[in-house]
Amino acid sequence: MRRIVPIGPYHPLQEEPEFFKLIVEGEKVVDLEINIGYNHRGHEFISPTLTWDQVPFLVERICGICSDSHPYAYVLAVEDCAHIEVPPRAQYIRTIIGELERIHSHYLWVGLAGHFIGYNTVWMWVWRYREPLLDLFELIMGNRNHYAINKVGGARRDIKPEDYPKIEKYLDLLEEKNKMFTNAVLDDPVIRARLEGVGVLSLQDAIDYSVTGPTARGSGFATDVRKDDPYDAYDKVDWDEIVFPEGDVLAKAKVRLLECFESVKIVRQCLKNMPDGPIETRVDEIPPGEGIGRHEAPRGEVFHYVRSDGSNMPVRHKVRAPSFMNIASNVVAVKGYSIADAALVLAAVDPCYCCTERTMVFEKGTQKYSGQELLRLSWEKTEKIKRRYRK
Amino acid sequence: MMKKEYAKAILEEIGKKFPDATVKIHAPRRTYIKVPPKEVFALAKFLFKDKGCRFSIATGIDTREGIEIIYHFTLDEAGTYYNIKTVIPKHELKIKSLTSFLPAANWIEREIHELLGVDFTGHPNLIPLLTAETWPSDLYPLRRDYADEHKSLKTKKKA
Repeated sequence: MRRIVPIGPYHPLQEEPEFFKLIVEGEKVVDLEINIGYNHRGHEFISPTLTWDQVPFLVERICGICSDSHPYAYVLAVEDCAHIEVPPRAQYIRTIIGELERIHSHYLWVGLAGHFIGYNTVWMWVWRYREPLLDLFELIMGNRNHYAINKVGGARRDIKPEDYPKIEKYLDLLEEKNKMFTNAVLDDPVIRARLEGVGVLSLQDAIDYSVTGPTARGSGFATDVRKDDPYDAYDKVDWDEIVFPEGDVLAKAKVRLLECFESVKIVRQCLKNMPDGPIETRVDEIPPGEGIGRHEAPRGEVFHYVRSDGSNMPVRHKVRAPSFMNIASNVVAVKGYSIADAALVLAAVDPCYCCTERTMVFEKGTQKYSGQELLRLSWEKTEKIKRRYRK
Repeated sequence: MMKKEYAKAILEEIGKKFPDATVKIHAPRRTYIKVPPKEVFALAKFLFKDKGCRFSIATGIDTREGIEIIYHFTLDEAGTYYNIKTVIPKHELKIKSLTSFLPAANWIEREIHELLGVDFTGHPNLIPLLTAETWPSDLYPLRRDYADEHKSLKTKKKA
């Protein structure tokens, strides 16, 4: 007998409210319907009504977690359109902020994943070390979020030399703690049992659905804009692309954890080689034409396309967030797994967890489970595995 | 083969296979290929299936000549964008859907359909993606005429 488990549509924390309809037979998920658009704010309509310099502030507010990624991709697009050369110091500053943001976003995910499978210690610990990073953002840019560091032709703020040691101190702390987390999470037999072989997205499906970011790299699909189409300082530093072929939730977690080490490496090298000089070039006008900018956000490739007619506003500005591609791939990734795993699989692409708080299971029109109970369902499964390991 | 040579070889092959295509190289890694609407399907399939490009997204733009659609394909090995450009005349807003070989195009075709009113023939489920359920089906918010009609909306904050 088929039943529908609705997950969504609204949740307060993340920028992408989705509505998943799980179609289940008993415990097993047999199909998935995805509805999006609950938070459609018409950015592509508003953007052509703003000037070139106002748009970064608009697109920054698309996403609260990766609020550096959208303006970054946008300014790259405008610079591509107008063939603007960015001064080296600005390039390094942008790269540093981009990488620090990746760390904080991945930590957010790891913490929530821990919470979801019933490891609240992981959650508290990981977020404990994410917090100083937000303070660091406040120190550098005056804001814990919405940094406004990118502008067409450069960076809006400089990183002061006296702040370098503070950043380096944090990187030391982070590297040490990240080692601990990686070992703790990857060596824990219960976490392994819970994540291994769950929500497998095969390489062929990853290519067909054109997923990006850790979702793709966890499926052996080596796509990373920073390596393939290097921009700013990414081709001037030495780092590795993390790819795992398994395609399950564990592989995606491994990609995210190990990527934090790479980010630390990149930021360290950038700080060491940071050139002196101006942080912006003067941009007088954007000539008619078109430009494409892409940035590797924590969740994958952010794509921006702008078209100019020579006026002070874009004619068309197309925005594509990585989750637009990644969420669609859930249709294949979630099939065949149990409800207790489903929410974890849906979250493995790093959309939002809060939607699970809103989950309800309906049976013949009456509510059977609340969102809290779906969490409980997941925690019970972890407990079951834990007991098996204790014996 | 070197990255750059590979990226160039594809362009040469496109020139041979699709004589109607006009290629414009905007930057070393940004290429725009303009083709008539009927050739888009074959060219997209060639890039995606034969050359291993990744589908990034498609952009729909309302222009004077018609609705312009740009399919952004990227070759990850070379970091190069191949943008297939096509203009569909307004009196016949129809183009063949890419979903038969490219599931990733499913959502964006629904989006372009609801925002610009382009019909994708062969799409399995061409229902609105982003707009509300109550949104009228013949009102296309990204069209120029919509923006003109709602000028009050457009210029409100620029007092």
